Amino acid sequence: MEGTLDSPARTSGGGDIYLPRPATLLSVSAMTASDAFFELALDGPEDLGHLPGQFVEVSVPGMGEAPISVCSSPTRKGSFQMLVRRIGSVTQALHRKSPGDKVGIRGPFGTSFPMEGELKGKNLLFVAGGIGLAPLRSAIQYALDRRGDFGRIAILAGTRSAAERLFTGELLEWKRRNDLTLLETVDQPSPGWAGQVGLITGLFGMLRLEPGPWAALVCGPPVMYRFVLRELRRLQVPSREVHVSLERRMKCGVGKCGHCQINGLYVCQQGPVFRAGDLFDLKEAL
Amino acid sequence: MTVKQMDPASLNGWVDGLLLNRTVIGPVQKGDKFVFESLSRASDLRLDYDTTLLPPKKFLLPSREILLTFRGDSHYASQAPPDPFVLLGVHPYDVAAIRQMDRVFSEKQVDTHYMARRGACTLVALDAQAVSPNNFAGCMGTATVREGWDLLFSRVGGAYLAEAATEKGESLLRSAGLLADAAPGQLEERDRLWESNRQAMRRHVLHCSPQDLPGLLSRNYDHPLWQERAERCFSCGACNVVCPTCYCFDVQDEVDWSLECGSRCRAWDGCLLRDFASVAGGHNFRRHSAERYRHRYYRKAKYLPEMTGEIACVGCGRCVDACVARTANPVEVYNTLLGD
Repeated sequence: MEGTLDSPARTSGGGDIYLPRPATLLSVSAMTASDAFFELALDGPEDLGHLPGQFVEVSVPGMGEAPISVCSSPTRKGSFQMLVRRIGSVTQALHRKSPGDKVGIRGPFGTSFPMEGELKGKNLLFVAGGIGLAPLRSAIQYALDRRGDFGRIAILAGTRSAAERLFTGELLEWKRRNDLTLLETVDQPSPGWAGQVGLITGLFGMLRLEPGPWAALVCGPPVMYRFVLRELRRLQVPSREVHVSLERRMKCGVGKCGHCQINGLYVCQQGPVFRAGDLFDLKEAL
Repeated sequence: MTVKQMDPASLNGWVDGLLLNRTVIGPVQKGDKFVFESLSRASDLRLDYDTTLLPPKKFLLPSREILLTFRGDSHYASQAPPDPFVLLGVHPYDVAAIRQMDRVFSEKQVDTHYMARRGACTLVALDAQAVSPNNFAGCMGTATVREGWDLLFSRVGGAYLAEAATEKGESLLRSAGLLADAAPGQLEERDRLWESNRQAMRRHVLHCSPQDLPGLLSRNYDHPLWQERAERCFSCGACNVVCPTCYCFDVQDEVDWSLECGSRCRAWDGCLLRDFASVAGGHNFRRHSAERYRHRYYRKAKYLPEMTGEIACVGCGRCVDACVARTANPVEVYNTLLGD
C-alpha cells in the first residue's frame, strides 16, 4: 500500500467524522460541456493540508456529498482546486454555484502519490485518461513546483474528443516547457484537432524512455488500466513502481459504509492510490 | 461480582421499576415471531424467545438516523446524543455481533453517533432458552459469550441467575434490591445450560472450524457455486437487513418544506442490492448478482476476519430464515466449498 495519512482525518467540532467544514468558492469556470473547475478555500485560517492524489467529500446541503479528488498541488497554499464532472445530483448542484457560495468539505481522505517519499529522484511517467488528468494534476503540479527533486517527466494524456480536453491552458504551458514531454491523443478525429488520434496506448510507441529509474502514475476510466499496465510492462517499468488511482463509491470516506470496497480493501482508506503490484491478486480491482 | 439469583416474578418487578425512569428494550411476541421493542410493561417480555426477526442492532445503528442537521449552505450541527436505555434479553450470538460492531465504529476514526448510542446502552444478555430452527451459533463459537455484556441472565430451573460484568451492570442490578447469591448447584446448572446451548445451536453443522473459512474462501474465488447459488438470488438484500453483523449504510439528505433546513440521514444499505457498488455516471463495479452474492460471503468470512481476526458471522440463522429464494444459508455455502 501507499503511505497512509499520518494525521487522523480532519473534522470540525466535537470529533464528528461526518461533520463538514464550511468552504467558500473563490472561482467557478466551465471547462468543457460537462466539466467545471472550482477554486475554493476553507473558511478560517486552516489550509486543507492534503497530499497529491487525495480526495475530499464535497457537501451540498440538501443534495448530499460526493467524493472529488483535489486537482491542485499542496505546494500551492491558501486555496485548493477541484474539477467536477456534472454527472450526479451533488455535482449538478455544484455546477449551479457561483463564486462566494459555500460548500462543505470533509477530508482530505485516502492515500497519496508518494511524491515526498519513494518517487523523489525518479523519472515520472504520468498516464491520464479523460478526467483521470484531474487527480494526476495535483502530482504533476507538485513535481513541476519541486522540479529539482525529480528526473525526467513525461505526460501521456488522452480524451475521447478534442472538446473533452481538460486544462487546455496548462497543457499548452506544459507543451512549451523543455523539461517535460507531453504527448496527447484523442480517441476520435475532431474538427480543429491536428494532433494524434487513437487510444492512449498508441502514445506509448512514440515514447522513448531514457534508461533510469522510472515510476508511472496512472489514472483513467476502469477499462484503461489493463491496457496501460501491459504497455508499462513492455517498457519494463516494474509493477511496484506503478501507482494507480482508482475510482469507487467512496460514500463515507472513513472506512465504515462499505461502498468502496475492492475485495477486502477500502478504497477510501487503503486507496485511492494503490501500487499496481498490490492489486494483481484482487480480482475486483482492474 | 458474585452471581445472584432472582425469581421470574421479581425480575418482572425489577423491569417494571426500571421502566419508571428509562427506556427498556426487550424481546416481545409479534404474530408467531418475536421482535425487540421498547417495552411498556415487563409482562410483555418473552424471555423464552428463540430468535427475533431483526437483531437488536437497530437500537445501536438505527435503520434510519439523522447524522446532522443543516441550515442554509454552511451551518451544520451534529445530532444530540441519545438518552440512556437498557437493551434487555440479548442472546449471546447477538452480543458477539454487537462486540464486532463496537470495533468497527470505535477503531481508527471513531463514529460518534454509534458510540454515543452504545455508551447510552446497558446491555443485558440472556442465555437462550429456546433455539430457532436455523441457528448454528454453536458452530461459530457464539452460543455462549463471556464478555460484551454488562449483565447476563441465565434461566436455571425456576430462577434466573444474574451476573454483572461492569459497573453499569452492577448498578442496574442494585436497583433490584438485595438478592441472594446463586447456589453452587445453580452455577453447575448454568454450566450445563451453556453446554446444552452449544450443542443445540447446531441446526446446520459447519464441517470445518470457523478459523478455516478465510483459507477456504481464498481457494474458491472462481468456484461455480457462486454463479449457481446467485441464480436463485433475487438481490433483495433481506439477508443484509436481518444480519446482526451487517452495518453498511447509505447517506441521504432530506430537506424540509422551507428548502432552508434539513438533515443528513444514514440508512441501512445492503451489498446484495444491485446499485451498492455503482458510481455516478452508471458504472457498476459489481454488476452481476453472483459478484454481489460472493462479496457478502467473502466479507463475512475473509475480508473482515483478515482485518479483525473474527469471522463476521455469529450463526444466528436469520439470513436462512429471511431468504425467500432459500439460497442464503452460509453453512450450505461453506460445506459445498469443502466438497461435503
